[in-house]
Amino acid sequence: MADVTLHKLVKRYDKTDIIKGVDIDIKDGEFTVFVGPSGCGKSTLLRMIAGLEDITDGTLSIDGKVVNHLQPKDRSIAMVFQSYAIFPHMTVRENMAFGLTIAGISKQEKDQQVNEAAKVLQMEHLLERRPSQLSGGQRQRVAIGRAIVRNPKVFLFDEPLSNLDAALRMDMRMEIAKLHKKLGATMIYVTHDQVEAMTLADKIVVLKGGEVQQIGSPMELFHHPANRFVAGFLGSPSMNFVEAEVLAIDAQTITLGSSVLDPVVLPKPELALQLGQTVELGIRPQYLQPQHGDVKGSLHGQVSLTERLGTETILDVSLTDGKKVIAAIGQDQLFQIGENIRLHFDPERAHVFVKSGDA
Amino acid sequence: MQKNSSSLTQHNRSGWLFALPGFGLMMLFIVVPFVFAIVFSMTNQRLISPNPTQFVGFENYRQLLSVNLLVLDPVSTETGELKQNTDGTLTYPRIRTFTRNNPNYPHLQGMKEWFSWQWQDKQVAILASDPVFMKAVVNTFLFVMVVAPLQGAFALALALLINQRLKGINVYRAIYFMPVVVSIVVVSILWRFIYDGQNGLLNNLLHSVSFGHLAPVDWLGNPDTALGSIMAMSIWQAVGFHMVIWLSGLQTISPTLYEAAKIEGASGWQTFRYVTWPGLKNTAVLVLIVITMQAFALFAQIDVMTNGGPLDSTQTIVFQAVERGYGKQDISGGSAISVVLFVIVLSISLLQRHFTREKK
Repeated sequence: MADVTLHKLVKRYDKTDIIKGVDIDIKDGEFTVFVGPSGCGKSTLLRMIAGLEDITDGTLSIDGKVVNHLQPKDRSIAMVFQSYAIFPHMTVRENMAFGLTIAGISKQEKDQQVNEAAKVLQMEHLLERRPSQLSGGQRQRVAIGRAIVRNPKVFLFDEPLSNLDAALRMDMRMEIAKLHKKLGATMIYVTHDQVEAMTLADKIVVLKGGEVQQIGSPMELFHHPANRFVAGFLGSPSMNFVEAEVLAIDAQTITLGSSVLDPVVLPKPELALQLGQTVELGIRPQYLQPQHGDVKGSLHGQVSLTERLGTETILDVSLTDGKKVIAAIGQDQLFQIGENIRLHFDPERAHVFVKSGDA
Repeated sequence: MQKNSSSLTQHNRSGWLFALPGFGLMMLFIVVPFVFAIVFSMTNQRLISPNPTQFVGFENYRQLLSVNLLVLDPVSTETGELKQNTDGTLTYPRIRTFTRNNPNYPHLQGMKEWFSWQWQDKQVAILASDPVFMKAVVNTFLFVMVVAPLQGAFALALALLINQRLKGINVYRAIYFMPVVVSIVVVSILWRFIYDGQNGLLNNLLHSVSFGHLAPVDWLGNPDTALGSIMAMSIWQAVGFHMVIWLSGLQTISPTLYEAAKIEGASGWQTFRYVTWPGLKNTAVLVLIVITMQAFALFAQIDVMTNGGPLDSTQTIVFQAVERGYGKQDISGGSAISVVLFVIVLSISLLQRHFTREKK
C-alpha cells in the first residue's frame, strides 16, 4: 500500500495545457475521487498516474518513488476501465489471471490467486464462463477481479460504473466501498457522478479545466465550498444562486438584499466586500423553506412547477425578477402552480460568492 | 397510412417488377452460365460444330481425371540377364506400347505418362488421360499453398505497421494499395519487363548488388523459376487489398484492451498473441477464404506472362479451362474443368469454415 503524490503535474497536447499544474497528496489507504464535468481532465490525470499518458511536467511519486518514466506495469497499479476492457475470447478465469500468464506464473499459483480474488468478489461460480455470458455488472466485477489479482499498491478506477444501469450502479458502488474496507488499498476513482463521489470518497478532488478547484472530505466540500463552481457542482438539485447587493457591513455580519430578497443578515464571509457591491448568494434547495402567507424574510416568487416524489417535493419557483430557484422540501406537500410563495432560509447555511466570470 | 401508400407498394406484382432487372441480370450472368457449364460438361458440345450435340454422361470427367499406375519390368536379354544401357541404367519397354492399341491393357488405352520413378529395378509410371490437366491441378494447388499463407501473412504485417498514428501514414496506405487498383493485365505486362531474361530490372538489380557474380536468369522462361516468379508477383499485387481487410479488422479491436494489456505488462508479442490475434479471428477466416478462392482462379497472369509454359510448368486449372473451351473450341471439356474447379473450391471453403469455426 502506498502514498501517491502529484506535484505540479502538467499535461500538454501541442501547445494546449490539458492539466495545468496539479498538486494532490493521497495518503496510504485513502479512497480519493476525482470529480468534475466532462473535459475537466480527470480521466487524463488518472491515465497519467497509470502511465497511459506521458507526463509533460511535474513529478508523480508512488510510495515515495518518482515513477514519471516507469512503464505502467512497473508502477504497482491496476486499472479498471469504464468499458471493462476484459478480453472477449478468454474465460473469466483466464481474464483474471492475465497478468500472471504474462509473467509466466505456474498454473497452480495462478489458480490459487484467482480463486482468492473470486472469493473476495463472490464470483467463484462465474470463473469458467466467457464474457459474452455475463451481465454488465458481472463483467465489471471480472475487471475488478483482474485488478485484485495484480495485488497493486494503488487501484485506479476510470468511471467504472458509467456503463451500468441505475440499480446495478448502486449495488456496485456499495461493493466497491466494501472492497476498499476489506483491502485497505489506496484507491483513486474518477467519476462525473457527484453521488458516487460523495458516497465513496475519503477525499474528493474537484477539477475544472485542468485545475484543482478544491480538495477535501465530502462534507467539507459540501458545507464549505471554496468557490461557486464547487458549490454548484456538488449537491442535487444543485445550489441556487441569487444576485444580491451588499447593504451593510460591520465587524461580524453583512446585510444583503435585492428586489427579490428581503434584507438578510449573514455571518461575515472571508471575502473583501464593499458596500453596494453585487455578490451571489448561494443557498441549497434543501435549505429553502416555503412560508405560506406574509412572513418576514427571504425570497419571494411564484410556484411555476412542482415535482412530487413522495418523500420529497421539488418546487420550481420564479422569483419576482423572473430568475428561477429550486426548493426541495423533505415531505409530500401540495402547492398550486401560480401560488405566491416566500422561501425562508437559515442565514448560517447560505454562502456568499463574489460575482465574476466563473469562479 | 393505407390511403397514402400507392398501389405500387401494395401489390406483390409490383414488388417482383422492381426486382426484375437485378434478378434477370443475375439469372443471365450467374445462374444460367452455371447451369450451362454443368449441362455442357455432360455432352460433346463444341464451340462451333456442324454435328449435333450428344449426351456423353461423365465421359468428359473420365477423360480429365482418370489416372492409372503401370509397373514396368526392365527389359531382359534372351539369356535372362537385364539389358543395360552404356551408362549402366536399365532399359524399360516404351510406355506407348501399353497405351496404344494393346489388347492386353484396354484400360490404359490413350493414356500418357504423367510422371514416373524408379522402384528397386522396376519403373513405376503414373499415367493420366490428360497429364496437362493434372499438371495444371498440381500447379494450382502449389500456387494456393504458397500464396495463401504468404500473402495473408504479409498483408497482416503491413496492416500492423500501418495501423499506427504517424504523420503521413496515409501515403503508405495508398502506396501499398496502388497495385490493387491497377489492372492485373497491366501489372503482368510490367512484370514481364521486370522478369526479362536479358535486360530485366530484376536481373540488373541482382547483377549490381552481387557485383556481377549472379548470371542473369530467364525468370519466366525457365521451368524451375516460372511458377515461383508468378507467385511472387501475384503476392505483391494483391497484398494491399488484404492489408485493407486486416486493417478494418484491427480497427474493430477496442483500444482499451491494449491499454489493459499494457498495464498488465504484456510485451509486444504477448499483446499480439493475446489481444490482436484473437480479435482478428473472423477477419482471418475471411482473408484466408478470399485469398484461396482468388488463387484458385489464377488466369490473367498466366495468360499474359507465360501462356502456361515453359513445358507446362505454369499451367493452371482456369487457364486450361479457357484454353480448352475457346482455344481448342472444346466447350464441353472446358466446362468439365470449370465444374471440377467449382467442386474443389467449394470443398476447400467448407473445410476452412469447419476448421476455423467458433468452438462452442
